[in-house]
Amino acid sequence: MASAGSLTMLPDFSLSPRIDQVGAEERAARFTKRSIKKESKLNGLKLVLNMIDLTTLEGKDTDGKVKQLCYKAMHPHDAMPGLPAVAAICVYPSMVKVAKKALGDSGIKVASVATAFPSGQASRDVKLRDTKYAVQEGADEVDMVISRGKFHAGEYNFVFDEIAAIKEVCGEARLKVILETGELGTFDKVRRASDIAMHAGADFIKTSTGKIQPAATMPVTLVMLEAIRDFYYKTGKMIGMKPAGGISKSKLALHYLVMVKEVLGEAWLNNHWFRFGASSLANDVLMQIVKEKTGVYQAANYFSVD
Amino acid sequence: MPIAKKKTAAKNNTIKLKFDTSWSYAPAPESKSAATIKPQYDLFINGEWQKPLSKKYFDTINPAKEEKLSEVAESGPADVDKAVNAARHAYEKVWRKMPAKERAKYVFRIARMVQERARELAIIESLDGGKPIRESRDFDVPTAANHFFYYAGWADKLEYAFPNRVTEPLGVAGQIIPWNFPLLMAAWKIAPAIATGNTVVLKPAETTSLTALKLAEIIEESGLPPGVVNIITGAGETGAAIVNHPDINKIAFTGSTDVGKIIQKAIAGTGKKVTLELGGKAANIIFEDAPIDQAVEGVINGIYFNQGHVCCAGSRLYVQESVAKEVIRKLKDRIESLIVGDPLDKNTDIGAINSKQQLATIHKYLDIGKKEGAEMYQSSCALPGKGFWCRPTLFTNVAQSNRIAQEEIFGPVLAILTFRTDDEVIEKANNSPYGLSAGVWTDKGSKIFNMTKRMRAGVIWANTFNKFDPSSPFGGYKESGFGREGGLHGLSAYVNLIN
Repeated sequence: MASAGSLTMLPDFSLSPRIDQVGAEERAARFTKRSIKKESKLNGLKLVLNMIDLTTLEGKDTDGKVKQLCYKAMHPHDAMPGLPAVAAICVYPSMVKVAKKALGDSGIKVASVATAFPSGQASRDVKLRDTKYAVQEGADEVDMVISRGKFHAGEYNFVFDEIAAIKEVCGEARLKVILETGELGTFDKVRRASDIAMHAGADFIKTSTGKIQPAATMPVTLVMLEAIRDFYYKTGKMIGMKPAGGISKSKLALHYLVMVKEVLGEAWLNNHWFRFGASSLANDVLMQIVKEKTGVYQAANYFSVD
Repeated sequence: MPIAKKKTAAKNNTIKLKFDTSWSYAPAPESKSAATIKPQYDLFINGEWQKPLSKKYFDTINPAKEEKLSEVAESGPADVDKAVNAARHAYEKVWRKMPAKERAKYVFRIARMVQERARELAIIESLDGGKPIRESRDFDVPTAANHFFYYAGWADKLEYAFPNRVTEPLGVAGQIIPWNFPLLMAAWKIAPAIATGNTVVLKPAETTSLTALKLAEIIEESGLPPGVVNIITGAGETGAAIVNHPDINKIAFTGSTDVGKIIQKAIAGTGKKVTLELGGKAANIIFEDAPIDQAVEGVINGIYFNQGHVCCAGSRLYVQESVAKEVIRKLKDRIESLIVGDPLDKNTDIGAINSKQQLATIHKYLDIGKKEGAEMYQSSCALPGKGFWCRPTLFTNVAQSNRIAQEEIFGPVLAILTFRTDDEVIEKANNSPYGLSAGVWTDKGSKIFNMTKRMRAGVIWANTFNKFDPSSPFGGYKESGFGREGGLHGLSAYVNLIN
């Protein structure tokens, strides 16, 4: 069996731990049985809001759209003061500069997708230049995609080297590695891709681009959280987690929070180590927070759409 | 916020995850108001509530609070006699003669009524027995309803269950059930018996009578002919009076192996039929090629489900040595996130130990384990001040000859042993007077078949544990008893094949 003693000793990724699908799904369903009420609900919702990577990744994105989104990131719902801001804005590289300027010294990070997002079907050189451009424009975080074709073909060294090369050009920027789990097919492969990404230098592992269905699910996130835990056991190094796509309701987000709490514990329960990649989640969270505080639901039109 | 961690911790087993988080769950108690418990319960005989001829009542308490919930009648021999006579009369005059599809309608009706009153039944099950509401709500009550549905379906189809044979019911069945799954065991016993045309005298355990009495209320409301099901309460002496009653045709008992042996001696030569579902000390086996995280979860469900008050609990864990360290570490982490406390809280994973007596038994074994040289590890959770509680516990460095590896503890206590080869683990797994259940965890299909063929246990789960379905038979080898409950096999325990 492979024993990854340290970061310098690489395991044989074809021997990554196997995952039993039925068992993983059953365990994930168990987290949804936790009842989150009253102050723990309110605190959880605030935590969720603070963990969101507010995202716009469209061909039709403009400076104006990004600026508006940045304002929303800083002021999620001014009608209710004292709410936390979101964790980051996630945009294409060409929008990084705009976002950076709009966010100013708010402390909100700018994350940029890169490496021929979302398909990743480009040469190494193009991917490196794409990443460099995003970093030069001021991205604090880079969300890259792995080469799923090469991964399926069993070329794990290629995938590994590519991630390591991107990590190098990221410099200070934190690297999130998107596995695109909806294209991987089995939990065994999700686990293997997670192991490759973490050993190659990922700061975060992320489920999905949001462009492929299924995107993030609880079982797939569980498999990745357990990979993070095992990596931490072996190396003492913490890796972040970002489920992305498909999480649009507060209740589901709270289930994810329960899962993080019970699999990885306290150290990961903050936006340095856990993020939600989502666009419509924020408003549902805001609506629930207002409901918790006032006792009544407000209509959707009281919350800005950005 | 970022937490600086040393990066030098390669192969460092001291790295710990911290589960005591700043974000915690607020109490989420299920409301007691959905359940009504009367201050006193009489005996349900011949379709009506009758005062005990013994004139005696005893208290039933909430083990989580040590508070009295109600008092229930104690049946003396005269009460048992009355119940058996009522059952005999109903059998001869009504039930055996009723067309099977008419009988089925009553059983279906009971099933639906159990579903309709699921919430109330779940709350009372948790109040009276100490099990977490999540389990009584999601497992005990729905599975009980499913058993009634399942056997209702068979009632008029016995010619397909036993092709080319003619069946007849046995007569009056005396049924004695344990305190770990009070309502579910009542359903397991009553459903196949009445569906096949028998009548029943059922006695629940003395610490957990309430849901059986609630079931009696349901049965009364369902319009089932009087005397077909009689539910009488009491302790061991009442059980003995049922077993020894001359007009009983069949004894169905679930409980301890010691009592099972007494029953078998008592009925020797009487012609009474018997099925016994007794103790267990199940081997749960993890091979090095198993999906480890799912196996760990399966071990947790296997031993900590229902506070370990499960006859088929996976209480002996055999781990292949090459993965033992990893498995033990993950188990230790996992039990930290188990929530122990108020059974009525929806977030509780482990409720109260059923009785003071059982808690004493568990503590006795914890002491034995420590004296035997095994290493005890318990979760760090706080326990409520009142009530009967035991932290989830595991023992490492356990030897096959240790009593904690041989004897049934019936509590949240796991004994962990290691092995090297397939042959070794089969020999060790079978090296037990019990043979109720077992589990195998491996990614290799051929190994599953090889193992399950060679293991002497009534139920063997592969890559899962503690899964139950009405259509699947359940029962033991060796001192775990004989006869099967559930499925087609469960029918044959209640019929004679006459040609």
